[in-house]
Amino acid sequence: MSRDTRRTRLLLALLLVTSVSLITIDYRGGERSPLDGLRTLAAAAFGPVEQVAAAIAGPVSGAVDSVSRLGDGREESQQLRRENDELTRRLRTSELDRNRAAELDALLHLAGAGRYRVVPAQVIAIGPAQTFSWTVTIDAGTRDGVRPDMTVLNGDGLVGRVKTAGPSTATVLLAVDPESSVGVRLEATMEVGFTTGQGVADGDLLDLRLLDGQSTVVRGDRLVTFGSQGDTPYVPGVPVGAVRRVLGTPGSQTRTAVVVAYVDFTALDLVGVVVEPPRKNPRDAVLPPRPQSTPVPTVTVAPGAASGPGTGG
Amino acid sequence: MSYARVAVAVALVGLALALQVTLLSRLPLPGATPDLLLLVVVGLALSHGPGFGLVLGFCAGLSSDLVPPADHEIGRWAFVLTLVGYLAGAARDETRRSAFVPLAVVAAAGAGSILLYAGLGALMDDAHVTWTAVTRLLPTAVVYDVVLSAFAIPAVLAVVRRTEPDGVSR
Repeated sequence: MSRDTRRTRLLLALLLVTSVSLITIDYRGGERSPLDGLRTLAAAAFGPVEQVAAAIAGPVSGAVDSVSRLGDGREESQQLRRENDELTRRLRTSELDRNRAAELDALLHLAGAGRYRVVPAQVIAIGPAQTFSWTVTIDAGTRDGVRPDMTVLNGDGLVGRVKTAGPSTATVLLAVDPESSVGVRLEATMEVGFTTGQGVADGDLLDLRLLDGQSTVVRGDRLVTFGSQGDTPYVPGVPVGAVRRVLGTPGSQTRTAVVVAYVDFTALDLVGVVVEPPRKNPRDAVLPPRPQSTPVPTVTVAPGAASGPGTGG
Repeated sequence: MSYARVAVAVALVGLALALQVTLLSRLPLPGATPDLLLLVVVGLALSHGPGFGLVLGFCAGLSSDLVPPADHEIGRWAFVLTLVGYLAGAARDETRRSAFVPLAVVAAAGAGSILLYAGLGALMDDAHVTWTAVTRLLPTAVVYDVVLSAFAIPAVLAVVRRTEPDGVSR
């Protein structure tokens, strides 16, 4: 018995040392870790499993939702209830389809405005909160032309960048992740800075640092990506968010502000991976129309012009 | 160690991992994600002992480190779950004394795993690990894990009993 416990303890020590060695190797490797091959291998093996699981889990969570909504119908006959359930389910799935269509529409619109070539993909898995990082798996991989360090966006704006890519899936580091740093430009003043994430739990907030301490930034200022060298990992001109609060740090080297991202990171579904950046920087042509400053068209009707083209002559 | 025991462990770990990233992390719950993988490790360790528990914990943790969308240093969950599996297995004999022992083990494992994982991150200057992030996760993680364990642990034990009717366990 005591020999057994000794052997168990030896095994415990061995496996703990193995874990620490793996952590050290991976940590020292940084962005180009020797263990990345292992990650790609795991993505190749487990990616398809996640795709199947997501296909099953999606309707399940929808059903849980619809059942919780069907509370008050106890005196109804079993028949009616079953019918109701079926109809609700159908309604919910068609609603889901409609939402997806709208998202795809917005994505295509944004991609078209910026002349990005995107591969559409769906979010199939989300990392547990316990890992502290904000990453998701999408169902497009190297087979679809997705490579590491490509920009990921959706109809609202910047989602993040591809971290690792497997054959049929890829892992995306979200822009709200504290380790994600995005070069941005203010739409109004052309000032340059960068944002880092604060985590989803705080409501899609980013920290903005402007490189010029003298620059003026006000609430409501809008940001687009600045574009990195060689367009990786971020292509230029993607809407990022709007300034919510400017932090007063007079005399400091940089100016900081809190930015609300355009993308709702808690409800990510359809995204696009930019597989081909635009030939020309789209500047801020991709930003959504400014809500308050939309000019009201004043229609002046000249006498004589009121008649339609058909009534002339 | 019988083949059936290993097969059951592999199947349960795979199922827990798949459910965790595709369903549980999508639930609109504040704070932590219910940790089904941790409960599988605790459940099997409680029925098979520390030796099995630590090997299972290492394998489950390593899978969790590798399965997409994991993006942290490989080995962090392996380290944490190896310890969890060993300690939960060591508490096996105590479970005969009181029905509350498994609950206490789950609560301790839920809190301990997050603290240990965060501690390993802090050693490497992980920007994600902040005091506010830890304090936000910790209470919700313990509550979710204890509530989920009321269903998950009996389910794991039932699977073990069905596959090993000769009563090797306990």
